[in-house]
Amino acid sequence: MTFTIPIDNGDALKNAEADSQRTLYPYVTGTSIVAIKYKDGVLMASDMGGSYGSTLRYKNIERMQAIGKHSLLGASGEISDFQEILRYLDELVLNDNMWDDGNSLGPKEVHNYLTRVMYNRRNKFNPLWNTLVLGGVKNGESYLGMVSMIGVSFEDNHVATGFGNHLARPILRDEWRADLSFEEGVKLLEKCMRVLLYRDRSAINKLQIAKITEEGVTVSQPYSLKTFWEFSAFHNPTAGAQGSW
Amino acid sequence: MSQSAVEVPPKGGFSFDLCKRNDMLIQKGLKAPSFLKTGTTIVGLIFKDGVILGADTRATEGPIVADKNCEKIHYMAPNIYCCGAGTAADTEAVTDMVSSQLRLHRYQTGRDSRVITALTLLKKHLFSYQGQVSAALVLGGVDITGPHLHTIYPHGSTDTLPFATMGSGSLAAMSVFEAKYKEGLTREEGVKLVAEAICSGIFNDLGSGSNVDICVITKEGKEYLRNYMEPNPRTYVSSKGYSFTKKTEVLLTKITPLMERVQITEVGEDMEE
Repeated sequence: MTFTIPIDNGDALKNAEADSQRTLYPYVTGTSIVAIKYKDGVLMASDMGGSYGSTLRYKNIERMQAIGKHSLLGASGEISDFQEILRYLDELVLNDNMWDDGNSLGPKEVHNYLTRVMYNRRNKFNPLWNTLVLGGVKNGESYLGMVSMIGVSFEDNHVATGFGNHLARPILRDEWRADLSFEEGVKLLEKCMRVLLYRDRSAINKLQIAKITEEGVTVSQPYSLKTFWEFSAFHNPTAGAQGSW
Repeated sequence: MSQSAVEVPPKGGFSFDLCKRNDMLIQKGLKAPSFLKTGTTIVGLIFKDGVILGADTRATEGPIVADKNCEKIHYMAPNIYCCGAGTAADTEAVTDMVSSQLRLHRYQTGRDSRVITALTLLKKHLFSYQGQVSAALVLGGVDITGPHLHTIYPHGSTDTLPFATMGSGSLAAMSVFEAKYKEGLTREEGVKLVAEAICSGIFNDLGSGSNVDICVITKEGKEYLRNYMEPNPRTYVSSKGYSFTKKTEVLLTKITPLMERVQITEVGEDMEE
């Protein structure tokens, strides 16, 4: 991908030509990702929707992919930039395999690589419009980290992107424990995804949960959550005040 | 034909003249004065016997905490209370105004106030100011028709809900409610859930903090639990205490009660509280 920057022009980034060479807005976007560390590794959940502005354009986008043997990458934000990142990581893993030395890239290394890529793109005012979640297990140690489109990177026991930060993090801060079993972890993630389904307008009721352990990565089949709409207050909101709204 | 223009009586509604002036001043570079916002978490929920309202107690002025322990649950009527988020002056003024309107209405009708009366008075006022009165309210109470809970937005729209949250911490509190609310909660369960939602706002939102206030309203009456929970106590107090250096010497201590020097004349009736 080449881009020309006029050398003699001080407003290089402000003229129309430069605009067509860099990312200004996201177009097809994925919503939140929620991920937690649990007893045997890392669990990550995402829905399968790709929104085109306010239209729900794509309903079968897998926003979580395995990277190498030890890592799982989830992305929210621009889908085309996510696919570009997957191509970069493909090349990275290929080169690593070609050494054929028995070593393989762990989650910490992949996270570091992604942080460098994202930060350098941001410094050139041409960001990859994603927030990435990187989870993995290597040599018995679980790892969970996040990189944003401006290069902010950190690791934690539970992370969430986008709306998940506001709606899922409070629940996780309250209820996460280090020794969650697989079933408890899935239940906790489903609790968060249900709240997101109720309160995030770009969420859809078709989600996948991915698990990564020492054995490897498994991404579940898509399924949907049960929702509850039978509150009596919803049946007749204007009881006691006929004609009001 | 007279030369002077005919005097037209002023039309009702909000006059937007100064808005144009404000825009012009901001363009010229004037910084608008910051106002005290309550950057808040306020919640309400309906339980088996009535309504429970909850609020945090932090009032912010930009990045500074202006009041560590303010009261955000306002009195509207003996059976109706209202939590307010947004600009503190606006929430105070609008709830006070509607509270006195309700009182006059009670004197006139001889009946207890209804929640939808408060709702309609508030929404009419806020709509006529087109969102310039920045008050987002959670109104709850129990009247002859049962328990009611409403949210009112600064532009004047309202919702009727079984559970509601408003303010900057509303998402943190709403995630607790969406995950844990059920119908037919008992008083203890309801208070516990409201406290949990407010704590979620206090600890996960920077605009909310300090203590939890709760108000429980039932058909029998109300219970205003000020500072129901204080999860942010001041834990370090210097054990040595504070010693102030001696400044002026005390020469003589003589106490003269002021009552002896003052004449009190009983004129007229006392003002009623």
